[in-house]
Amino acid sequence: MKSFTYERPSTPAEAAAAVGRTPEAKFIAGGTNLLDLMKLQIETPRHLVDVNGLGLDTVEPTDDGGLRIGALVRNTDLAAHPRVRKDYGVLARALLAGASGQLRNKATTAGNLLQRTRCPYFYDTAQACNKRQPGSGCSALDGVSRQLAVIGGSDACIATHPGDMAVAMRVLDATVETVDGVGAARTIPIAEFHRLPGDDPARDTNLQPGELITAVTLPKPVAGTHIYRKVRDRASYAYALVSVAAILSKDGSGHVAFGGVAHKPWRVEAAEADLPKGAKAVTQQVFADAKPTHENAYKLTLAERTLGAALNQARV
Amino acid sequence: MKFDTAAGPNPIDRLKVVGKPTDRIDGKFKTTGTAPYAYERHDVAPDAAYGYVLGSSIAKGRVRSIDTALARQAPGVIGVVTTLDTPRIERGVMNVAYLFGGDVIQHYHQAIAVVVAETFEQARAASFLVKVDYAPEDGKFDLATEAKTAEPVPADSGEGSGGNGEERIGDFEGAFAQAPVTLDATYRTADESHAMMEPHATVAAWAGDRVTLWTSNQMIGWGHGSLAKMLDLPKEKVRLDAPYVGGGFGGKLFVRADAVLAALAAKATGRPVKVALTRPLIANNTTHRPATIQRVRIGATQDGTITAIAHESTSGNLPDGGPETAVNQTKYLYAGQNRLTAMKLARLDLPEGNAMRAPGEAPGLAVLEVAMDEMAEKLGLDPVAFRIRNDTQVVPTEPDLRFSHRDLVGCLKLGAEKFGWAKRNPKPGQVRDGQWLVGLGMAAAFRDNMVMKSGARVRLGGDGTVTVETDMTDIGTGSYTIIAQTAAEMMGVPLEKVVVRLGDSDFPVSSGSGGQFGANSSTAGVYAACVKLRESIAQKLGFNATDAVFEDGEVRAGNRAIPLAQAASDGELVAEDSIEFGKFSKTQQVSTFGAHFVEVGVDVDTAEVRVRRMLAVCAAGRILNPKSARSQVIGGMVMGTGAALMEELAVDTKRGFFANHDLAGYEVPVHADIPHQEVIFLDETDPMSSPMKAKGVGELGISGIAAAVANAVYNATGIRVREYPITLDKLIDRMPDAA
Repeated sequence: MKSFTYERPSTPAEAAAAVGRTPEAKFIAGGTNLLDLMKLQIETPRHLVDVNGLGLDTVEPTDDGGLRIGALVRNTDLAAHPRVRKDYGVLARALLAGASGQLRNKATTAGNLLQRTRCPYFYDTAQACNKRQPGSGCSALDGVSRQLAVIGGSDACIATHPGDMAVAMRVLDATVETVDGVGAARTIPIAEFHRLPGDDPARDTNLQPGELITAVTLPKPVAGTHIYRKVRDRASYAYALVSVAAILSKDGSGHVAFGGVAHKPWRVEAAEADLPKGAKAVTQQVFADAKPTHENAYKLTLAERTLGAALNQARV
Repeated sequence: MKFDTAAGPNPIDRLKVVGKPTDRIDGKFKTTGTAPYAYERHDVAPDAAYGYVLGSSIAKGRVRSIDTALARQAPGVIGVVTTLDTPRIERGVMNVAYLFGGDVIQHYHQAIAVVVAETFEQARAASFLVKVDYAPEDGKFDLATEAKTAEPVPADSGEGSGGNGEERIGDFEGAFAQAPVTLDATYRTADESHAMMEPHATVAAWAGDRVTLWTSNQMIGWGHGSLAKMLDLPKEKVRLDAPYVGGGFGGKLFVRADAVLAALAAKATGRPVKVALTRPLIANNTTHRPATIQRVRIGATQDGTITAIAHESTSGNLPDGGPETAVNQTKYLYAGQNRLTAMKLARLDLPEGNAMRAPGEAPGLAVLEVAMDEMAEKLGLDPVAFRIRNDTQVVPTEPDLRFSHRDLVGCLKLGAEKFGWAKRNPKPGQVRDGQWLVGLGMAAAFRDNMVMKSGARVRLGGDGTVTVETDMTDIGTGSYTIIAQTAAEMMGVPLEKVVVRLGDSDFPVSSGSGGQFGANSSTAGVYAACVKLRESIAQKLGFNATDAVFEDGEVRAGNRAIPLAQAASDGELVAEDSIEFGKFSKTQQVSTFGAHFVEVGVDVDTAEVRVRRMLAVCAAGRILNPKSARSQVIGGMVMGTGAALMEELAVDTKRGFFANHDLAGYEVPVHADIPHQEVIFLDETDPMSSPMKAKGVGELGISGIAAAVANAVYNATGIRVREYPITLDKLIDRMPDAA
């Protein structure tokens, strides 16, 4: 870990300004991912701006019947929130499918959105990785890729977004609220928040330097069965091989997003009209442009069958 | 004491202390964080500096140069020792790869430097400033490719293996060709990591020309001799101390880079230095269980009598490395007139393959016992009945060699009864419970029972305290407790009057912990020392040693009874002895047996496999402590479940390393994966094993369990996966259409 300086500003705008004006600065919230990455020198910030004390830790109803979740609300608290449990079951289930109890106690809403890939080559600093070291190449393309992306990847990167929460937020059409160093706020639809790797995989999101997430807003609840189905090699404490976040009616109509398959939560709204026709009709469209490796082609079958399971569950 | 005749009645048979499910006497230290593990030995080296190991980033080649200038200038740095600063260091006992010194890189993450600083963080940060110039070379990294040109294994070359690499009895090919029912199938097992909780760690401190290493090691005797050789010192100048070891599983049978680098760095810097291998280094810097490709052929008559059986295994290793002895148990487990076992070894440039819990039997039974399941189905026989039909009381390859005590059939029958095996539907894919396809599977368990010479010293103090000293280790197994139970039983004192000191090379050399020989061998060594102490006590108190009864803190004979402590009233009495196992112990085959029964659920949509119930029945001689023995067996069952369902070091065959080198990437079972586990020990003794009449259980629990899981998956789904681990990607394309 490289030495770093540290400060605790008192407002979100000050925090954003502090990161904006300090070279190689980063925000720190729960630290559940950043600290690991700093120990391995995958992240080497010279300055940390602690956003834990900014009062961004409340969950409040919005005027249009939705919910505004502060950036610093802990995963445990969010999953247990009565409104989330009542109206946004897919989100509560996704949160509880992630990490461990200890990590969820510490991890925050904004930090969860920003967690970095678990590609083994990203984690081994002796290996080529365009995400960690732009221009060094991608060892994963012809390496161990069983966990990696089947769609939306590029010749530069086939990493996956490892999170569960973001997949639920994608199907909920959440909006990310931010503030920048001069105090200007903006909102980013969750669909446009995470990026595909393209030729610049070092950038996971469309946040600008110094831009701070202040909240995530959920629109008013969508009726239907809220399902988060995470498929993994062991029963707990593992990243998704494939996950399905879905809100479905008995006739199958509804919405679905997939996790564990791409550099971002993967959703193709145009395909959702075919949900009543069954899983295959949907996944054929959702994964039409898939380019799996020989090690991860199973994810296509798995995604279809897992969606099928969700549709069955909604019918009951 | 020589063990040269079957054990007769002796004081252990009283079972006043031995055989009781005593809590671990070290448990309170572990649960309160006061058990001193190597890296936390602040008591012995409060001023220790921190060493951080830098691993090679190439898998094969040479180091041209190492530039440490920037690292040496980094904050807090005290010194840097590189592999180019020292000639290649001799290897210790069982080492295959060289651990340090010279410019040759044999494998990825081979240690090439240790950076020493005032804090761990400073040492780690400075390690990133070390610039290394490599001359990489092409290597061989893919077992499947290299297996085609693998060489036959010439001779006995692995723990637990007997005889030559190839062994033939009768005419296998002829009998197989004539058998009316045959199976010929090929299977694969994966490279696996020990993934023990405590990483390899050492604190080293020099005092003049004498060095002490507080370390984490299963075999102090081996380590002591090895380090003396590696550091070019006489043995009396080297001391090892490992009173607590946080898991080993074979990964700490031998000296590893942490110990060597701590000693070198401490010498170079003039400071005590502590070194722990980081989690990412453990996969590629240390050892692993090698992957195998195994072919099994079985021929039988229509009634299920095996007439021909062949088991061949190919594995890979570095030069001078041995094979995974996966065919070993096939020589012992089932009858059959015509037999072939053979091993081949491919040269690989992956990290060193070496012993991991039940080397040979764990991957060997994972395959043989699936083949038996497949064969039973072909014969239309129940898998339990098929195994019973082919039981043997003599070693099939040496019909004159009897098993000392073999109750495999008892294990199979009791297990079937207790598990409700009769309710299993032999037709696969028939049982559904909601979302789950449910299946039952079973397998036989077998593990050789090795014995090792083991010594101990026993002291009787004036207050009646009995102190045992031996370099035996407790790697989480319960050694402290069973040794205390043994001494208490022998000396006729309550457990609280016994103090056990372990893991110090200044103590008598013991068996150490490995190959499930530790419990039986080390307690037998304590037994021997206690017999000697009883003799000197009897003499001191004026008793005839053969008549004296040691009981309730007294020595009694006839109508005389004298408090034990009185014998030491004018000074401590000390006795030392070893148990030695000679040719006699080879006159019968001493082995351990068991039967595993498993119920799994396979998700009908996603093909996720989850274990629902497990039962092991074990026949392993006298059980010294049913609580710690059960703990060993269920631990083995968990580990074998990992091997069956998830554990695999993922080989990057292009770059030559295990890519998933942390505990996020290398998945082992978590609590949620393991249901209630039942263990039943048959009530038996084996007088051919030692005066304790006990055998090992530390590896029996892992032997066979993977096959039981695999057979249950087949029974649930009708899909036979012959490549471990059985992850959902190997099932999903063949799963029935989801309803």
